[in-house]
Order: sequence, then C-alpha cells, then structure tokens
Amino acid sequence: MTTGIVFDTKRFSIHDGSGIRTTIFLKGCPLHCLWCHNPESQSPHLDVMLRPNRCIACHACLDECPQGAIFINGSSSVTTDLSLCIRCGDCTDACFAEAREIIGKEMTVAQVMAEIERDLSFYDESGGGVTFSGGEPLLQREFVLALLQECKRKEIRTAVDTSGAVSWQTLDRVRAFTDLFLYDIKHIDDATHKKLTGVSNQLILANLRQLSAQGHNIILRFAIIPGLNDSEANIRHIGEFAANLPQRHPISILPYHATAADKYQRLNKPYHLTNIQPPSDTRMADIATILRGYGLEVI
Amino acid sequence: MTTTDRVTCLRQQSLDAVPAISTERAVLMTKFYQQELGMVSTPVRRAMAFHYLMANKTIYIGEGELIVGEKEMAPKATPTYPELCCHTLQDFDILDSREKIPFAVTAAARQAQANIVIPFWEGKSMRDLILREMTPEWHDAYEAGIFTEFMEQRSPGHTVLDDKIYHKGMLDFISDIDAALATLDYLNDNAAYDKQEQLKAMRITAEAIIIFGQRHAAEARRLAAQTRDPKRQAELAQIAEICARVPAHKPQTFWEALQYYWFVHLGVTTELNPWDAFNPGRLDQHLFPFYQQEVAAGTLTRDQAEELLHCFWIKFNNQPAPPKVGVTAAESGTYTDFAQINTGGVKPDGSDAVNEVTYLLLDVIEEMRLLQPSSSVQLSKKNPDRFMKRAARIVRTGFGQPSIFNTDVVVQEMVRQGKSMEDARNGGTSGCVETGAFGKENYCLTGYFNLPKVLEITLNDGIDPRTGKQLGPKTGDPLTFKSFDGLFRAFTKQLNHFVNIKIRGNHVIERLYATYLPVPFLSLLIDDCIVAGKDYHAGGARYNTSYIQGVGLGSVTDALSALKYHIYDKQNLTLPELFEAINANFAGHERTRLLLINRTPRYGNDDEYADELMRQVFETYFEAIDGRSNTKGGTYRINLLPTTVHVYFGSVIGAMPDGRFAAKPLSEGISPVQGADRKGPTAVIKSAAKMDHIRTGGTLLNQKFTPQLLKDDEGLDKLVQLVRTYFKLDGHHIQFNVVDAATLRKAQANPEEYRDLIVRVAGYSDYFCDLSEALQEEIIGRTEHEAF
Repeated sequence: MTTGIVFDTKRFSIHDGSGIRTTIFLKGCPLHCLWCHNPESQSPHLDVMLRPNRCIACHACLDECPQGAIFINGSSSVTTDLSLCIRCGDCTDACFAEAREIIGKEMTVAQVMAEIERDLSFYDESGGGVTFSGGEPLLQREFVLALLQECKRKEIRTAVDTSGAVSWQTLDRVRAFTDLFLYDIKHIDDATHKKLTGVSNQLILANLRQLSAQGHNIILRFAIIPGLNDSEANIRHIGEFAANLPQRHPISILPYHATAADKYQRLNKPYHLTNIQPPSDTRMADIATILRGYGLEVI
Repeated sequence: MTTTDRVTCLRQQSLDAVPAISTERAVLMTKFYQQELGMVSTPVRRAMAFHYLMANKTIYIGEGELIVGEKEMAPKATPTYPELCCHTLQDFDILDSREKIPFAVTAAARQAQANIVIPFWEGKSMRDLILREMTPEWHDAYEAGIFTEFMEQRSPGHTVLDDKIYHKGMLDFISDIDAALATLDYLNDNAAYDKQEQLKAMRITAEAIIIFGQRHAAEARRLAAQTRDPKRQAELAQIAEICARVPAHKPQTFWEALQYYWFVHLGVTTELNPWDAFNPGRLDQHLFPFYQQEVAAGTLTRDQAEELLHCFWIKFNNQPAPPKVGVTAAESGTYTDFAQINTGGVKPDGSDAVNEVTYLLLDVIEEMRLLQPSSSVQLSKKNPDRFMKRAARIVRTGFGQPSIFNTDVVVQEMVRQGKSMEDARNGGTSGCVETGAFGKENYCLTGYFNLPKVLEITLNDGIDPRTGKQLGPKTGDPLTFKSFDGLFRAFTKQLNHFVNIKIRGNHVIERLYATYLPVPFLSLLIDDCIVAGKDYHAGGARYNTSYIQGVGLGSVTDALSALKYHIYDKQNLTLPELFEAINANFAGHERTRLLLINRTPRYGNDDEYADELMRQVFETYFEAIDGRSNTKGGTYRINLLPTTVHVYFGSVIGAMPDGRFAAKPLSEGISPVQGADRKGPTAVIKSAAKMDHIRTGGTLLNQKFTPQLLKDDEGLDKLVQLVRTYFKLDGHHIQFNVVDAATLRKAQANPEEYRDLIVRVAGYSDYFCDLSEALQEEIIGRTEHEAF
C-alpha cells in the first residue's frame, strides 16, 4: 500500500487555487529557501516541534521517553536532546498540554482521500478541490500520483503547488491528473538562486517551459523577499521569462511575512532573516506594475 | 445615496437620546382600571383600555420627521406595563443607576410610580399571578436555572405581520368584524356569545387606532400652522393628509404604507409588551408594488423612497426594549428588541422574490448601521448570488447584520409543522432565528432550557450540587452505571422530567393570558382570529406553535463525549477521578483538564464520534418536546438558540466533564464550545449540518471572521460559497461575527476560548491564537485600521 508523510491538512484553504480547497501538506523539500515559512516541511523525516509556553511541567513526557532524551534542566524547564530522539511520539501522546508535537504522519492514500472527501460539498459549490503542497509534494511522487489519480477517478479538481525542482519525468507522470500547477519562481540568476535556496534554477525553469509548452494551467508564484529577490533587475528578468513562456500564465505576487520566525524557534532551527521587513503595499503595487509591463496578468 | 441632512440629524438624535422610563402609559392604564365599568367582559375591557390609551396619550411629532408616532412622549421614552409586571421603586433606582443599559428615571416618573401605579398594581399583575400559580417543583427548577420563563414579564409575542394591512384599511377590518358578528349562530354555537365579545373588542381597537391616526393628523396640522418654514409646512400638511387616510383606509403610496405599518406597530406594542417586537416582516415584498407603481408614475424617486426608509429605520431605533422588573444591579439585558426585517426569500409561488426594494433595504441597513431594527437575508437557492454578495458586503463591516437564513429550509420546516405551502412561503424568520407563518401564526417561545444543567443533575442522581436540593428523580448513582448507555438513559429521564415541569407550567400560563389579558388589537391583525372569533392568546391564530429553546448543545455534547470516551471507551480516567477534578474546579488537576479539552472528540470538528452524540442529544430533546399539544390547539416544537442566556445558564453550573470551569458561559446556539472547533469553518458547518434542522423551528450558528478575510471580492465570494454549502446541507441560519480589534485582544489574553478564530495573515489564513505575539500585534494594528 502506498503511504506518504503528511505534515498538515488544511481545510477551507482559500488561497491555493480556485474555490474552497483542502490543502494537503507533504513533507520533504529539495530547496531550503532562507525565507521558508514552513520550515517543518523541509526534512523528509519526522520532526519534533516544541511549544514550551504551553508546558505545565507535569513531566509526563519524561516518564514516557524510551530514550531518556527528555530531562529537567537546572532551571526546572523541560529540555529535549533531539539527537537522542527517535520520533516515536510517546512523549507527544502523553503531553495533554500539546506543548510537544510530532510533525509528520505516515498516511495511506485511503486515509488522505477520506480527509479530502470531507469537504466535497464545498468544492462542488465553489469550484474548489484539493491542493497538494509541501514541502515539495512531488518528492513523494508515487504517493502524490496515487492521490491525484484517485481524485480524478472521483472527479475532484486537483492542484499541485510545486517548486519545480524535480525531474521532468516526475512532472510528466503527474501532469495528466493535475488541473492546475502553482509554480514558484524565486530568482532568475542561477548563482543567486543557489545562494537563496541551495539549488540551481536550471531544472526548475526548464520544467516550467516544458509544462507551459504542453498546454497546462499554471499560476506562477513569486514571493517578494525584500533585499533578496526584489531587485528591479530580477523582477524584470522574471517578467521577461514569464512573457516568453509558450503560454501566458497569470503571476501571483506574495509579500514576504515574518510569520515563520516562531516556527523556527519551535523546531530549534536558526532563522536568518531577522532583519527583513515586509514590503509595503505601494512596493507591491510597483512590482505588479512592472510585471504588467510584460503583458502579464498579476493576481 | 448619502443620507440627507434631515436623516443625519434624526439618526444622531436617536443615537443621542437617553433611554428613559416614561410612566404615561402606566398612569393612563391605572386610571382606566380605576373606573367602575360594571359588567364588561374581559376582552371588551382590554379593548376599552386600548381605546383609552390611543385617545389620551400624548402625540409626538418630531422636528423634521416624515414617519410619525412614538410609544410615549419622545424618542426612547419607554413605557411600562404594570398589568404585566409592576416595577418597584428599587427597580427604578437600579435602572437609573446601573452602568450598562441604564434607563433614566425622573423624579416625576418616580413619584407617579409611587403614588399612582404601585398602590394599584402591586401584587396584582400578571407576573404575581403566574408566580402564585406555579408549583413548588416549577419554582425549584426555575430558580436552579434549568429553564427560564418568557411570559413572566412580557406577553406572548413572536409574531410578525404579513401583507394584509397594505390591502386593507382599518375600516375594512371593521367590515370583516361586522360580517363575522352577523354570521354568529347563537342557536347552535354555544361559544357564540364569547365570540361576540371578542369581535366587539377587536372592533373597538380598530376604531381606537383610527382615532390615533387622526390625532396625529390634527397635531401635524397644528404644527404646520405654527411653522414659518414653507418646506416643512408642506411636509406637515402632507403628513396630516397621510395620517387622516391611514390607518383608516388602505395605503395608496409608499409613504402611506410605511406610516400605516408604524401606527400598527405602536398599537401592538402599546396594547401589551409582546416578546420580540412585532415587525413588518417581508418588507421588500410589501413595499415593492407601491415602489414600482410610483416610480413608473414619476411620483417617487429611489432617493425619496430611501429617505422614507431611513426615517422608518430610525423609528425602530427609538424604541428600546422595555426593561425588566426584579432586576439586580448586575443584570443589564439589552436595548435590542429583535425586530427582524426580512429581505429576499421566495414568492408564494416559490419563485425568486428578490426585487429592487430588496437592494434598497440592504442599502438602508448599511447606511443606518443601527442596533434596531435588526435585519436578515432570506436566501433561497433560487435567489441570485449577487443578492448574498451584497449582503456579505454589509456583513464585513462588522456590526453583525444582516443574519442569513435558508429560505428553502425555513419553508420545509413550516410545511413539516403542517402549514400550507403558500403560508410557509409567505413566512420567514423573526426574533433571533425563529420561523413563522407571518400574519397567521402565534409562535411562542416559552423559555430556554439548560441542557448541560440537566447532565450535571444526572451526574448527581437528581440533586443540584449547587444547592444540595433533590430536583430530579433518583436516576442512580453514576458510579453504578455499567455503560455509557446507562448514563444516557438517566440523562434522558431527567430531561423528560424537567421538560414536563416546564410544559405543565406553560399550560397554566397560556390560559392565564387567554383569560385575563386578551389582545384584541393584535388579534384583528392575525388570521384567523376574526373568522374564529377568538383571541390571539386563546388559539385564534391559524397556527399555534409553542417552543422550548434548547441551550448548550455544544457544551453538553462535549461533556458526554468526554465521559463516553475517557471513562467508558478508553478508560483513561475513572469516574471518581473525574468527579474529584470537577469538584475541585480542576484546581490541582490541570493535566486532567487538558486531557478533557485537548484529547476528547469534540463537536464542531466534523468528527463522527462527537457529532453522533450531538445527534443523540438532539433526538432526545426532540422526542421530549416535538408534537406535544399546547392549550391553543397547537403543537410544541423545538428550536436551538440562546440569545445571551448561555452566560446565565453557565453561571449556575459547576465545572463539567468537557473541561469547562465552573460558572463559565456555555456554548451558544448550535455553535461549538468556544475554542473547541479547530478544523476551520467547513468542519463546523459539517458538524452543525448533522442535526436535522428541518425538524426544528430554528437553529443559530455563529462564525467568527476578521475583516481581512473578507477584504477583497474573492473573500466575499468564499463567504457566499460557504453559506451556500451550509444551506445545501440544510442548515437553517448562519451569522458572521466579523471581529474587531477588541475581540482579538481578548483572544490574546484567553487563547483557549478563541482557538477557532481565523485571521487572514498575508497570502494565507491561520488561526489567530497560533500566531506569534508580534504577528498578533501586527494583525490587531491592521484590524483597527480596517474596521472603520
């Protein structure tokens, strides 16, 4: 039975494609964007997320941990040595305060479909459906493919939110079952792209051209990260690139938000963008104007 | 359009007017009752009292007003009804001095109350009679907070007018009454004489309201003669003409239609103090023929119609709900009297009823932004989306109006109750969420019923732990129950026991009103009181429905779910352990409380385990009440709405197995427990739709959103789609609480109670309480900016 690692299911998702949708977040990502707002999605493995502010110091987790990875620090606060943790989830089961959470859950296609099908009436009414996001959902290719096929069999509209950093072969296998791709573009300059995301953009851009050439529905997504990818040159390069794709696709520009900082903290990961301010509304409007100059529909 | 200077001024006056007690009605009523009338039947005596009020009360016409008439001498002067319940001087002092919802009491009013009203009515009001007639077990249950009693301070109301006054003047009603009198069969009908007295009474009240109109005409003429402003002089002359025509004759213009209704409104709410102030109901349907005809003839513009409606709206806002007696300083109540003007819906033939006046009313609702009248959208699948979207634009401004109803389900509810299809389609909703066949039904809410309190008593073998009194039957020590089913059986027994106490009380109270306080004026307006020669209180209406409103469905479901799941299924806890935690109000048992709130399947999450229990409670409540007879030839039905009683009902209950602390509010309406729903609005809607709304007479579902979520057109579309889906699943009603910064502040301080609050963050939405403090601050900043 095909299974996958899902780290969240969000119902009434209304910004990931048309209508009212359910977004399935899959774990694991080839990119490590500095601004990633879902840092818990990056690792393909289970993570532990801690919310010490919820802890009531009942210490049930200490008793449950088979590894002895949880201990009391001198100051009586509960501390976890993640290097010893085997992600068994015994501590989170015992933590009624929900101060500890295992991120990621192995699920079968049937289990995920059951979640998706809960909101069928809403999709029907709104023209919505399911969106597979991540992470990079296509890292779990067979799982996503099985889900997409199942959705199509049941006449559920599908969208895939992808970084494009997967083989063409992968995209080629899923595209027949995907009604809409939400396709991220971060930077056109390859060296900068590597610096910001950890990977080259060559495959990403080539895949995008190919998908466009095959006549697929695509919404481009461009997250504006001040100081990192919002130079006039990069905006123009993106405009130019998009304008030269085989089809015209709408482009959605999303302002950077420092919403993820506390998530990094809960994951015990460093967050490098502490000094970046969200772009102003006028700045966003200016960027939209530039992109419209290339004949693009900005949404 | 923007409001005219006149409207801006009248609206501001209405907002600024200080609600005050006026004793004019009470003093006139006392003087009337002090007369020796000799042998006069009760209906006729009540009609004469009404006539006396209409002929003698002060006539008020305010500067600039186009729609005229007030209950007392000025906007927000509020009458009392000593024959229903008589305020003590201490009541007056509290009303005058309390911080919230005060009513000013002048020295003169206090004196009139002390010297005239109290000496005559003290101990002799309907309330005194009701409280004397109720059994000790009724009093015990009432004082324990198991149920409330609607008729103890106000008379049966909950009815709304249909279109008949737009086709008939009061003189036509008098002809109908005379025709009914002429056909009385004194030989074969042994109730003929009683009918004669009822009909005579109705005739007197029709004459009285005509006199009331004429007195306004005279006052308008008097003011016209005085004013030097030629424009106002012309207006007053026109007002005088209108008041001379309506209510005696049927209205011929849009303006006359509104003025006629307003006289009728004043008549009904002066005759007695019925619950949920009477209102015109389907106003867009009633006014459309006038509007269409006059606009075509060029005698009325859209702007003129809108200004008249503005003036009409302000009239409602001038009428605070009359205050209660026996209040404590802590009680505040509300100024709102729940007049709910309906828009949209379907026509009698079932087709889309949205018309030009519908949109005009929505404009008026948005522009007036007044507490009263309340307004609703009656949404049928046949109505266009743009109608709902226009309403959504008002919803997002965040004053809680209009609420949204599923017409197709409202109609089905009424048809199930035995109403004709046409009467059902001509009906709508009133008060909070109650369905009614407008102009043809006495649908009477009799009191709220505290479902979680019944569970608490069940867990204590029939004893109320707050007082130690044995209130219910001994259904067994819960420690002896072998299974959850045993516990539920005990709960069912207790519930039936208290429902029976309530219904027994209602049977008596209904007869007290029919016997001592008939309402001939209201009766002549409601079919088929004239034809039947029967009073509204005695079963004269075509349909007579009594309701007991269930409260705390979410709370009782979660508590039952916690018991079933943790005690019987998973055995995470023993019952003694749970009782120990509850009895300590969870002090020293925080981990247990967190287990209960975080690890229990809870209602509102589209979770079959919890939702099945909700259905079980629903069915049990339904079985206990639905189909039972009232004294008016009608039937009991259920509905599920709380107004604000979930706060009071919570205050009489200790800590509960759902993790709720003692005395905290219960869940409201059919909404989940505050913070229990964590899977978003679609999950709440799915859960709520799992009960059979069609077998109720109304349910209330509240959803919170921030203005950001509804900021753009896309957000509004999603709102429309959410509503449409709920209605496709046969939901009865939904309202959106578009939250302001103050609420977000509270959410910050008490995240557990606001877990369900969704905010639009940036390109996505999230639960507010899951956001970092900094981000919360940022959103609060934006909210304050965007709310106004």
